[in-house]
Amino acid sequence: MSVGQSVPRVDALDKVIGRAKYTDDLCEKNAYIAKILHSTIANGIVKSIDVSEAMKIPGVVKVVTCFDVPKYYFPTAGHPWSTDPVHQDVADRLLLTDRIRYYGDEIAAVIAETEIAAKQALEVIKVEYEEYPFILDVQEAMKPEAPQLHEAYPGNILAHSSVRKGNYEEAIKEPGLIKFEDWYETPTVQHCHIENHICYASKEGNRITVVSSTQIPHIIRRIVGQALGIPWGDVRIIKPYIGGGFGNKQDSLYEPLCAYLTTQVGGRTVKLDATREETFVSNRVRHAIRSHIISWVRPDGSFVARKLECFSNQGAYASHGHGIVAKGMNSFPQLYPCDNIECDSYTVFTNRPVAGAMRGYGIPQAMFAVESHTEDIACRLGIDPVEYRRKHVMPVGYVDAFSKNENYYDSFNQCLDKGKKYMDFDRKFKEYQNQTGPVRKGVGCAVFWYNTAVWPISLESSSCRMVLNQDGSIQLQLAETEIGQGADTVFAQMAGEVLGIPYERVHVISTQDTDVAPFGTSAYGSRQTYVAGFSIKQTAMLMKERILKYAYELTRMPAFELDIVEGQIVRKGDGRVMISLSDLATEALYSLEHSEHITSESTYQVKSNAYSFGCCFAEVEVDIPLCKVKLLDIINVHDAGKLINPALAEAQVHGGMSMGIGYAMAEQLLFDPKTGKTLNDNLLDYKLSTFMDHPHLEAQFVENYEPTSAFGTKALGEPPVCPVAPAIRNAVLHATGVAINDIPMTPHVLFERFKEEGLI
Amino acid sequence: MYDIKELFEAVSIRHAAELRVEHPEALILAGGSDILIQMREGKLAGKELISIYMLDELRGVALEEDGTIRIGSLTSFSHITQSPVIQQYINVLGEAVDMIGGPQIRNIGTIGGNTCNGVTSADSASTLFAWDAIIELTGSEGKRLVPIKEFYLKAGVVDIRPSELQTGILIRKESHEGYQGHYIKYAMRNAMDIATSGCSVNVKLSGDKRVIEDVRIAYGVQGPTPLRAVRAESIGRNQEISEALLRRISEAVLEDIRPRDSWRASKALRQHIAVEMAYRGLSEAIKLSCPEFAEQQKGGAI
Repeated sequence: MSVGQSVPRVDALDKVIGRAKYTDDLCEKNAYIAKILHSTIANGIVKSIDVSEAMKIPGVVKVVTCFDVPKYYFPTAGHPWSTDPVHQDVADRLLLTDRIRYYGDEIAAVIAETEIAAKQALEVIKVEYEEYPFILDVQEAMKPEAPQLHEAYPGNILAHSSVRKGNYEEAIKEPGLIKFEDWYETPTVQHCHIENHICYASKEGNRITVVSSTQIPHIIRRIVGQALGIPWGDVRIIKPYIGGGFGNKQDSLYEPLCAYLTTQVGGRTVKLDATREETFVSNRVRHAIRSHIISWVRPDGSFVARKLECFSNQGAYASHGHGIVAKGMNSFPQLYPCDNIECDSYTVFTNRPVAGAMRGYGIPQAMFAVESHTEDIACRLGIDPVEYRRKHVMPVGYVDAFSKNENYYDSFNQCLDKGKKYMDFDRKFKEYQNQTGPVRKGVGCAVFWYNTAVWPISLESSSCRMVLNQDGSIQLQLAETEIGQGADTVFAQMAGEVLGIPYERVHVISTQDTDVAPFGTSAYGSRQTYVAGFSIKQTAMLMKERILKYAYELTRMPAFELDIVEGQIVRKGDGRVMISLSDLATEALYSLEHSEHITSESTYQVKSNAYSFGCCFAEVEVDIPLCKVKLLDIINVHDAGKLINPALAEAQVHGGMSMGIGYAMAEQLLFDPKTGKTLNDNLLDYKLSTFMDHPHLEAQFVENYEPTSAFGTKALGEPPVCPVAPAIRNAVLHATGVAINDIPMTPHVLFERFKEEGLI
Repeated sequence: MYDIKELFEAVSIRHAAELRVEHPEALILAGGSDILIQMREGKLAGKELISIYMLDELRGVALEEDGTIRIGSLTSFSHITQSPVIQQYINVLGEAVDMIGGPQIRNIGTIGGNTCNGVTSADSASTLFAWDAIIELTGSEGKRLVPIKEFYLKAGVVDIRPSELQTGILIRKESHEGYQGHYIKYAMRNAMDIATSGCSVNVKLSGDKRVIEDVRIAYGVQGPTPLRAVRAESIGRNQEISEALLRRISEAVLEDIRPRDSWRASKALRQHIAVEMAYRGLSEAIKLSCPEFAEQQKGGAI
């Protein structure tokens, strides 16, 4: 059967030959075009907007300003809704706003017959502002005299949470302890999915349909309803194929505004196609997090007491908010357990672009800080860095009290073994010590902590529907979305496995239409294969039971004595083929005796979660005079449990490694300190890596069957990005002796650090 | 969708010159890889364009009878890299333009567009400066030849008169015979990037390969236009090759360059890189004439 096999993607051919339809392919060609007017100040209010010149431009249909839109404050985060008001996301957005909180905030929208007319109109709209001072830095924003962004959050602090264990102050009195203390800083980066966010909306009767490039159609339905103040059932969201999301599209972006705009032009279709510049500035970014770690260790390296403080830059609005830094903070006491812990994390509003969900959700930031710090301790104590990790990392049998996650296997050591072997780490680590000369090599490693899905913080459930066709093939529907990761393929594999039919006979309906698709919360949290696995298995078992029950009528063999194998109904005892599933299906639909549309549908609420661990090893060559790092080789090793499709798993790891390489070495959004404007809002000035910047990406796996999982699988979507930056940073440390605690490690940063250290 | 006011398609050089006179506000469109970007960004929105892209007579690389290398202004970067004439006589130019953008840009982008754009970062420009290239302009009043150093007037502005087109780039025999060159592009990515700085070095060695008879060092993004490090060059000319000499020449470029601070890179980084690129460019260019130099340098014999 196909689970565990590298079968081709079900959508491969259509995507390669260009037949797959994305949002823009589906939109009617005479749709109105909407363009957004963005603020040119970073903080303040709009006093007036003059649209008279814009309305004179031929082709301009309507201009809607922040003074026209309804005042229903809505949350944008793509979280499952909480029926408990205490746990609901912060509702701080309006469709358009007169209270500007970042350079690029949305203050008006033009609807026009053509894109050119819309753009020309934007140029001539006159805006009168009242400008306030702005702040870009978290520490500045926390000062009492700082400008305040949101009335409800004094001091600009969206949230502060902490972890306390043991007694830190007492513990550090132990004689002979060595103190390690440092600050680590990660940048604001953007997801850079190739398809920018795009949506179009139209209205018929009382209902609005929005076709959108989103990861989360059912969540978007709810948010559009909230934003427009209309019943959620009056909103229909359709999600076709999308060109990547990485968390940016796990947020409501322009669907609510687009839905509102169609109501302003009599329900005509309005398309809102974000530019790359808008994607960088006015969508979501990864939280820049500044971390401060203090570790008190014994001379053998064992941890006695540890302190972590994290400051997360939220930007202008709450979006996913504190969940990101909190996730990173909560990994800290788990990855290297210690008896005395004090952790505090703060999420702070600033006048920067809004930070939201991005692949890894706080863990790439946390791992950079923690695994850089770990390396520095091992290095200063003269302990082999891999052996140091083996000794202190989360032991087998560890159970987290909150999530109830258990570390069932020796995954860390198994992954480290594979990584070391591939990298020839011991030999190189020794060989690269005490180098001189302008070009030096180094190897480094890092481990990471991750978990799967969002239970018990939020709801985890999946619903699935299966329909038997006349020929014995199956339609499979889920709310879990294909966003480029290969979800549809593994869903077909899992369904085929349980039903006893080839995966090619499972037709996954890739498009989610909230009027038709089962309910679910979709793609985020590395959850889909794990969570959908439950509902697929349950629904397929139900389907199989119904098929075999019908088979009894045709074969007179008891249903419990029958099975489906390779699309044939067989008798278990002797394996005799009684009837093909195809013949049974035809009979079931066309029988004059007993006609039945065989279907099954069910929901599985998942109340478990699973650890997903691994490591990265990197080898670099540092050209000191040129201040450049060349990545020579890199490997990620993951224990993601049983792999449903090893080739897709490998591809997932490659993508995450690429994202990690950019994070470590090149990517960073820059802001003008004088205006707050994003300086490099394009793919030329924002240095997303190309494949010319990558060496071969090696992905290996340890496949320990996850006991809590329907198919033995667990998170792999986000984990690959998590350990890459610290592994590269640690390799640079061993090449040069220079510890770099700010990423990305660009030539600009290396130039300054090498000068400080006297290397150049 | 591009906001183009009107597009005129030239069918001959003469026609293009006429169109220029008739539509003085219009911009000349070659491959479009710069103009269309600026049009989309709004900087050139609503402009008239005169396309010269169909003028095949402006394409190709030829070695003329007097030894001059002639590059038609519409020749694409990938064409230049693959040209046997370029590979045989001034291979470094093919290498330099092969670092522009990515394959699609190199197929559509032209060397004429790259130089007429007037930007300091153009990968072809510093190498053309190093070769003392001559720009050929054709207009209603005939042809005009301008040394490339004079063609660049200031940032983004080149010496093209109202009826003129750039029709060719010439490299005279005396500019290339006996010279070897090396180009270093210093960028933040290995593809799809614009140089933080670029350095193109040519050297001509004496018959016994012991003396630098001539050296030319050109930079991009070390001033508002591409520039030559003339003081540094004078230190190297007619000097015996030595490690110390190469270091001395390299350090001297700081006197010639005029980098500035910007959010893309600090002046200090650009200066630091300029010195290192000169050193490495000189070393590599010498090695092309004198392969033994690599061993000598490694062994510390010089």
